Amino acid sequence: MSDAGYIRIALILAAITALEVSTYYVDFGVLFLPALLIMMVVKFVMVVSYFMHKFDNKVFSYLFYAGLALAVGVYIVFLSTFKFFLQ
Amino acid sequence: MTDVTHDHASSTGISNVKLGMWAFLGSECLLFGGLISTYMLYRGRVTGGPRPSQIFDIPFTSVSSFILLMSSLTMVLAVSAAHKEDDRKINLWLTVTALLGATFVGGQVYEFTAFYKEGLGFSTSLFGSSFYTLTGFHGVHVTVGIIMLMSLVGILKRSKVPGKKAEVVEMIGLYWHFVDIVWIVIFTLVYLIPV
Repeated sequence: MSDAGYIRIALILAAITALEVSTYYVDFGVLFLPALLIMMVVKFVMVVSYFMHKFDNKVFSYLFYAGLALAVGVYIVFLSTFKFFLQ
Repeated sequence: MTDVTHDHASSTGISNVKLGMWAFLGSECLLFGGLISTYMLYRGRVTGGPRPSQIFDIPFTSVSSFILLMSSLTMVLAVSAAHKEDDRKINLWLTVTALLGATFVGGQVYEFTAFYKEGLGFSTSLFGSSFYTLTGFHGVHVTVGIIMLMSLVGILKRSKVPGKKAEVVEMIGLYWHFVDIVWIVIFTLVYLIPV
């Protein structure tokens, strides 16, 4: 990707951040939480995919996503045991 | 004297340095996952001291988040310059990245000081303990990143980079971007979602 391409990605990330911050001031109703979480995931994936130079070898992606999936899985179970999602 | 800067051949055919960095970042997901989960569990447990909504300064933290996000751009521009072997631009973008990181850490120090003055100490409540632990750990990671960036600038100036220059810049870039994606999660879950 060219430097101009990186700048375009950064501008998109900045726009998403502005949209995220706007949820603090504007009432999005029931869409508030899903919208915030989706925007968070989109930003996360964009930085990993474009700025971390994708993965030049599949082994790297397995290592990273294995750690990420393990963390998400373990801590969802952890939070469930404390009835976090029922609050 | 034996040259210790040559590239090592690996049995997997892939760079051991990159493999090590990705494995490290995978393990860091577990570290921050634990800290974020603990915060989520305890953020509403306020028996004394201020509640999150009473002390969080969203406009200020938004600017800090934006600065850290833009430091990812300058970091990727440094990696791009390294692949083009443009030393002047590598130094420029690495220095700008370090400055943006330092601005973020400075903002965090200011935020911690302001929270402390408003009555939120480390042991004031479970919210305070988990908040300072999570964001403090992240701040330490950013600080380590700044030290690595400035060390690399110094090493590059003396032309004593071990191994491939582009790969060394890329490794520090991977760490820096990881610190940024962790903040993306923290900013949403800690600051923007109300208790």
